[in-house]
Amino acid sequence: MNTTDTVRDSLTMLRRNLLHIRRYPSLTVMLIAQPIVFLLLFVYVFGGTLGAGLPGHRGGGDRGDYLVFIIPGILIMTVASVALGTAISTATDMTTGIIARFRTMDIARASVLTGHVLGAVIRTSLAVVIVTAFAFLLGFRSGAGPLDWLGAIGLLILIGFSLTWLTVGLGLAADSVESASNTPLFLVLLPFVSSAFVPTGAMPAGLRQFAEHQPFTPMIDTLRALVTGAAAGSDLWLAIGWCALIALLGCLWSRRLFLRVPAR
Amino acid sequence: MRAAIGVTGQFSAIDELLTGRENLRLMADLAHLDRTGRPPARSDRENGRSPWSRRAAGWTGARAAVTAMPERFDLVGVAGRPARTYSGGEKRRLDLAMTLIARPRLVFLDEPTTGLDPRSRRELWTIVREQVAVGVTVLLTTQYLEEADHLADRIGVLDGGRLVAEGTAAQLKRRVPGGHVSVRFTDAHALAAAAVAHPEASRDAETLTLRMPGEGGIAGLRRLLDGLDDESVADLTVSSADLDDVFLALTGRGAAAAAAPIAQEISA
Repeated sequence: MNTTDTVRDSLTMLRRNLLHIRRYPSLTVMLIAQPIVFLLLFVYVFGGTLGAGLPGHRGGGDRGDYLVFIIPGILIMTVASVALGTAISTATDMTTGIIARFRTMDIARASVLTGHVLGAVIRTSLAVVIVTAFAFLLGFRSGAGPLDWLGAIGLLILIGFSLTWLTVGLGLAADSVESASNTPLFLVLLPFVSSAFVPTGAMPAGLRQFAEHQPFTPMIDTLRALVTGAAAGSDLWLAIGWCALIALLGCLWSRRLFLRVPAR
Repeated sequence: MRAAIGVTGQFSAIDELLTGRENLRLMADLAHLDRTGRPPARSDRENGRSPWSRRAAGWTGARAAVTAMPERFDLVGVAGRPARTYSGGEKRRLDLAMTLIARPRLVFLDEPTTGLDPRSRRELWTIVREQVAVGVTVLLTTQYLEEADHLADRIGVLDGGRLVAEGTAAQLKRRVPGGHVSVRFTDAHALAAAAVAHPEASRDAETLTLRMPGEGGIAGLRRLLDGLDDESVADLTVSSADLDDVFLALTGRGAAAAAAPIAQEISA
């Protein structure tokens, strides 16, 4: 099996996954609606109060300032939400007979997985664009230029790519589609204990240390710098490092799970 | 090795969200079909001919194969519909078409006709015969002994996971010379009495029929008839051996063993 055949089979599997997305759009709609609901909830229900507590604004910020503050966290949630969908679609795929057929065929076997990951990258880009457009609709404005936005979208896709390798593994490890839709929930909840919704400085000591050092925080801080047009600094490299580590471990784990001899 | 084989299991290995045509296209692309719709020759891979040049040629070959398959498998009317809306027979035919589009030289079919109506079963038999005619080796497992008799060049009988006999249908039938004698009785009492006298026979209480292995020859039949009461016999048939007799004789457990599968082999 040479590299060109591997690429070719992966693109064939990608086309299969894109057809799945088209035939089963309700999953994508639900995954994109989730961060939008959080955005509306946080801006309009909590935004007035939380905005007042933001540092760096004389006399506290308002709802508009809070919208700018939480956009990076919402975008990370969007990416995590799409990754959760991939765990569901991978687990669903494993329950179907066609996977057994793929195993008997002379194809690059990991292409089944790369097809899922490439499909998820496209779904992530779509979701990020929709959620960002929605934020602009709510009045989000910033001094970020096109290059900053390009960088932000690039970073989000990289995050989506690495989280997806992790959720593909979770989907393969799950014994049912139901559990595959539950185990990756921590990815959607983890941004709450980070710099996404409130500055970490306001948290009690132990929690603050966790929030400051968990992988999502450098990602969110980098995104915040990019979408507001500020300098990203060393957080960028930390964020990329985390992504590379998660992608590598997720990829190795998923491959091992997929290539093992089926129990049946 | 994997490129030369095709497998169709008992459960449909199709993508239910895709249409029939998309399923076939998926298989054609994964099989890397060339301009003529054939899988790439082994020498192409080994002498390093670029897969990309094969790919450009493959689009026409794959498209032709994808168009031809629904016609061969009577799926033209449904080829544009998602496979989850297909009937059982349509799913089974699509499943087989997906296996055969890659032109395997050895095909494994695991009980392909289980649960099919008689017409679909006959259509599937025709497809299997066509494959054998063009030189494909087919290994097919089935519970229907009649099917093995119709299709197979060589038959292997499996009992409890072990191969207990192997040969052509004629060779196997010669091992059970007498065939069987079926006697239908007028009442359950007479059936019970005869069943006691012939413990080796299998009994069907519903139709009041006793099926006894024949010994072959006139003498054996006469002995059997002497043991029966004229009044209590409604009907009697003498049959030459079929594969059911072979199976029952070989597995030696009477009617209770009928659930064990038969493997049959059609070699090219």
